[in-house]
Amino acid sequence: MVIVMGFEGSANKLGIGIVKDDGTILSNIRHTYITPPGEGFLPKDTAEHHRSWIISLVKRSLTESGLTHKDIDCLAYTKGPGMGPPLRSVAVTVRMLSQLWKKPIVAVNHCIAHIEMGRLITGAKNPTVLYVSGGNTQVISYSLKKYRIFGETIDIAVGNCLDRFARVINIPNDPSPGYNIEQLAKKGKNLVELPYVTKGMDVSFGGILSNIESIAKNPVRLKEYTVEDLCYSLQETVFSMLVETAERAMAHCGQTEILAVGGVGCNERLQQMINQMVSQRNGQSFAIDERYCIDNGAMIAWAGYLIFKNNITTPLCETSTTQRFRTDQVEVTWRDD
Amino acid sequence: MSDLVKMEGITDLTKIGAELISQGAEAKTFKLNYFGMECIIKERFVKTYRHPTLDSKISNKRILQEIRSLNKCKKNGIDVPGLLFVDIVQTRIMMEFVNGITVKQFLYNNCENNYQNTQTPEIIRICREIGQQVCKIHDLNLIHGDLTTSNILLRTSTNNSTVFIDFGLSYTSTLAEDKAVDLYVLERAFISTHPNSESLFNEILQSYKDSSKNSPSVINRLDQVRLRGRKKLAFG
Ligand SMILES: Nc1ncnc2c1ncn2[C@@H]1O[C@H](COP(=O)(O)OP(=O)(O)OP(=O)(O)O)[C@@H](O)[C@H]1O
Ligand SMILES: [Mg+2]
Repeated sequence: MVIVMGFEGSANKLGIGIVKDDGTILSNIRHTYITPPGEGFLPKDTAEHHRSWIISLVKRSLTESGLTHKDIDCLAYTKGPGMGPPLRSVAVTVRMLSQLWKKPIVAVNHCIAHIEMGRLITGAKNPTVLYVSGGNTQVISYSLKKYRIFGETIDIAVGNCLDRFARVINIPNDPSPGYNIEQLAKKGKNLVELPYVTKGMDVSFGGILSNIESIAKNPVRLKEYTVEDLCYSLQETVFSMLVETAERAMAHCGQTEILAVGGVGCNERLQQMINQMVSQRNGQSFAIDERYCIDNGAMIAWAGYLIFKNNITTPLCETSTTQRFRTDQVEVTWRDD
Repeated sequence: MSDLVKMEGITDLTKIGAELISQGAEAKTFKLNYFGMECIIKERFVKTYRHPTLDSKISNKRILQEIRSLNKCKKNGIDVPGLLFVDIVQTRIMMEFVNGITVKQFLYNNCENNYQNTQTPEIIRICREIGQQVCKIHDLNLIHGDLTTSNILLRTSTNNSTVFIDFGLSYTSTLAEDKAVDLYVLERAFISTHPNSESLFNEILQSYKDSSKNSPSVINRLDQVRLRGRKKLAFG
């Protein structure tokens, strides 16, 4: 039996997870750095948050799973992509624990971990993946040992677009700006016309953000539309673009399954739209809830296990971090199809 | 004429013998034998996931854009399917059936050992033709909008010459930026669909460069677009 402990801290979520080789999740806890309304999270403060919580989270996850560090076979951590300082503060802790406990380390690509966690939880075999989060927006499909990127944003990520709009309208970042936009959107009725920008399998959100920002700051326009209407329109527009490009990739790759992962992937309106899309083409959709969709430690542990099971480890001197680390850079050693 | 008139009232094209050959993100594509002539009918249908207002706006815009761009290309000597019939109400267009295969299928069939060898003379010729034709399209200030290897066909009767299809996302623009993004879309679709095809895309770019005096500014811009694409990968 192999047990892996995973460490995630590439953005404002710090997550520790413990996973067994059969995919059982023994523990998966998270602590989120939440900033006041109107403010984003800065790298330095986020790193500080991770540093101050990581030891207590490690202890709690061991207690919760009824294990001691002796039961752990390997430590997996997020190498990237992500924000430099938070990534580094977690990597430093992992290096320390590795020497203290005498355990090998495996470096993991964050995006790949999202995909593999989604496949583990849902049982999807070979889906087109819509990876949507605060930092990434990609449409991915596997072939010949690589997760290949078919479509992506040509400017900002969809989650970033939602988060920045949340700041403009000053709504809380707790539990997440996207979640709060989703709740407001449920009360929206009138569709505001916004740019709709798809370029083949690529999307762009920059123009939409500046357009809706200007509406939100314009008292005259705000007589026509409520804040709820704006949230509703923003979601309807950007999610339609995502579903359209994902469907285009499915058609192009000849795939029938779709899996949504990443923080925005747990938005229920987006999931509903994906379901409607696949039902019109006799496909199947897979979605996961916030425990596994939003950044977490278990996904890093599981992706780490997939690498570790083929006896691959990362030597201590190579346990660095990197802000840029593309999904298609990773050799997928654990899939044979 | 009677069949065309009849077609306007028909909601299910398979009832008049049309065969569904593909379902994309936007449209269903049917093949129909029309008085002995093979035709393609591309039908945009309501996407239930999209807000109805948004959906009809997009759908109407794209069908018109597709018609305009097909005509513009045809007039300027770029090979595209001949347009036969338009039904705006049912958002259908009927066009010539091009006998051949997609570039995607051609590359699947002709790249040996999982794309270890992509450099056959025929493949290189096709890539150079793609570069030249895309350049011609851009010189008309037309942006295709969805350049992939599924949207370029090879016509059998003229020894695999290229035919461009699927102009639903096309639009007019004089900007180097828009042309560069068009190339970027093609590059990404090319390389993700066809492993080890970087050298083939370079052939496309080279012949794009050789085909017009406007190319250098577009290619320069492409470097910036690529950089933006990589840089924005921040955090998950
Ligand atoms: N004129 C034609 N002759 C032969 N085959 C065609 C023709 N037009 C389309 N096809 C085939 O049908 C497929 C789909 O057509 P097309 O690309 O126009 O629609 P689509 O991809 O479904 O559209 P969209 O991307 O707008 O949703 C093509 O990839 C091609 O294989
Ligand atoms: Mg197409």
